[in-house]
Amino acid sequence: MIRTREVLETIKMIQEECLDIRTITMGISLRDCCDRDSKRSRQLIYDKITRLAANLVKVGNDIEKEYGIPIINKRVSVTPISIIAESSDEEDYVRFAETLDKAADAIGINFIGGFSALVHKGYTNGDKKLIRSIPEALSSTKMVCSSVNVATTKAGINMDAVCEMGEVIKRAAELSKDNDSLACAKLVVFSNVPEDNPFMAGAFHGVGEPECVINVGVSGPGVVKSALEKVKGADFGTVSETIKKTAFKITRMGQLVAQEASKRLNTQFGIVDLSLAPTPAVGDSVAYILEEMGLEKCGAHGTTAALALLNDAVKKGGVMASSYVGGLSGAFIPVSEDAGMIEAVKAGALTLEKLEAMTCVCSVGLDMIVIPGDTSASTISAIIADEAAIGMINNKTTAVRIIPAFGKKVGDVVEFGGLLGSGPVMSVNRFGSEEFIKRGGRIPAPINSLRN
Amino acid sequence: MRAIVTVIGKDKVGIIAGISTVLADNNVNILDINQTTLQDVFTMIMLVDISGLAKDFTELAECLEKKGEEIGLSVRIQHENIFNSMHRI
Repeated sequence: MIRTREVLETIKMIQEECLDIRTITMGISLRDCCDRDSKRSRQLIYDKITRLAANLVKVGNDIEKEYGIPIINKRVSVTPISIIAESSDEEDYVRFAETLDKAADAIGINFIGGFSALVHKGYTNGDKKLIRSIPEALSSTKMVCSSVNVATTKAGINMDAVCEMGEVIKRAAELSKDNDSLACAKLVVFSNVPEDNPFMAGAFHGVGEPECVINVGVSGPGVVKSALEKVKGADFGTVSETIKKTAFKITRMGQLVAQEASKRLNTQFGIVDLSLAPTPAVGDSVAYILEEMGLEKCGAHGTTAALALLNDAVKKGGVMASSYVGGLSGAFIPVSEDAGMIEAVKAGALTLEKLEAMTCVCSVGLDMIVIPGDTSASTISAIIADEAAIGMINNKTTAVRIIPAFGKKVGDVVEFGGLLGSGPVMSVNRFGSEEFIKRGGRIPAPINSLRN
Repeated sequence: MRAIVTVIGKDKVGIIAGISTVLADNNVNILDINQTTLQDVFTMIMLVDISGLAKDFTELAECLEKKGEEIGLSVRIQHENIFNSMHRI
């Protein structure tokens, strides 16, 4: 029989250390929903999502009750809509976003991802129309999330798309100005985007994925933090071992839930995403883990090294716990969603430049960062270009989810509410990059030898 | 199908009687009991067999929770698998 100590450890993780399954995400292929007639195509999309994911929320809730583990989000990701919609005669892709929103509402999920386009090497006609419609689509719908992949290690960086995304983000901020530019929180610009990521806003169902699949994202920064509290002052070997053991336990739970959910939904099990995803709740912060390692504040010198160790140890511990690992897998550093990061920014310890360095060693990129509303589109594009370059050169996923909050200045705080948290407006470099961004074209794919 | 019942709270008379009555009423068989009292905090872990359970698992969980509130303790029931997967390779 399982020992008392072990039972109590699990219960303590859940009750006091905010351990949870962050998301069960059902990936659904919409490739059989293409039609010349836009209305018919949208009907096919609606029918397929509501049919396959009809029981998703119920199954999630049942598992939550039976295992006593909170499952925070149930979500759906679909094939990038640019691929589906471009067969149709539709010019205004906002209608497809409305269909996704309606389907999400019908099945009771809180986000649906896949209003996406993959343009790392260039645009198709559908990609063009989709990207053009993003600002309106995200400000007129509630649950739709969008992502655009602008770079890969094999293709280089599509600088035309980088340039356009700066404009798209500005426009989305303006259209949703009454909601603190919330639309931008639902839009991610990627380099090397994974096709099986269960986390929003960047989730979509890749073209290499099966018909329908269950991917699960775990969480648990609080559990790692409290495990590290017990090894205060110990050397880094001990720190790494402690994180690995904790990540193993967290991931095993994710694996169990993923298998159970896919069995009950009669769907293939895809991957477990081993991520430390923070929430604004106290005690659920990645920044606090870094501080627990001995940094006075997240953002102090040494933060990048601490994050590198954390990210690597999470993967090492998690990989053995799950039969299939994928998605983004690593530590997230979303500023507005992490109580410790918010404090660090307010204290002046954490800057945009430091966050950029941290993205070289963490799982994603510049995430949920609020910048002044008067930041120019070309500066936003340049931020995206820098981040895409880091991903391209280092063979890793990087992303930018940035909010130029309309009418807000450095020092203001923007409240998004819920899991999206609240973000202090951070300053950006005041020197321009316009001529650089205006050049357009593609940055060629990098060489993969002679690595220095 | 087996589950783990965990009872945590201040020690008093009748805890085991109260909880096991609810289990018996629902046709749940107790396979093993382990209990300790540390500084007046009572902790009991029960391994139970729920294959003969007459009602929904969720309803049983609610009954136990209600009983716990009556006695003034926290009572929860979880499928055994979550502990096995987390603590056994």
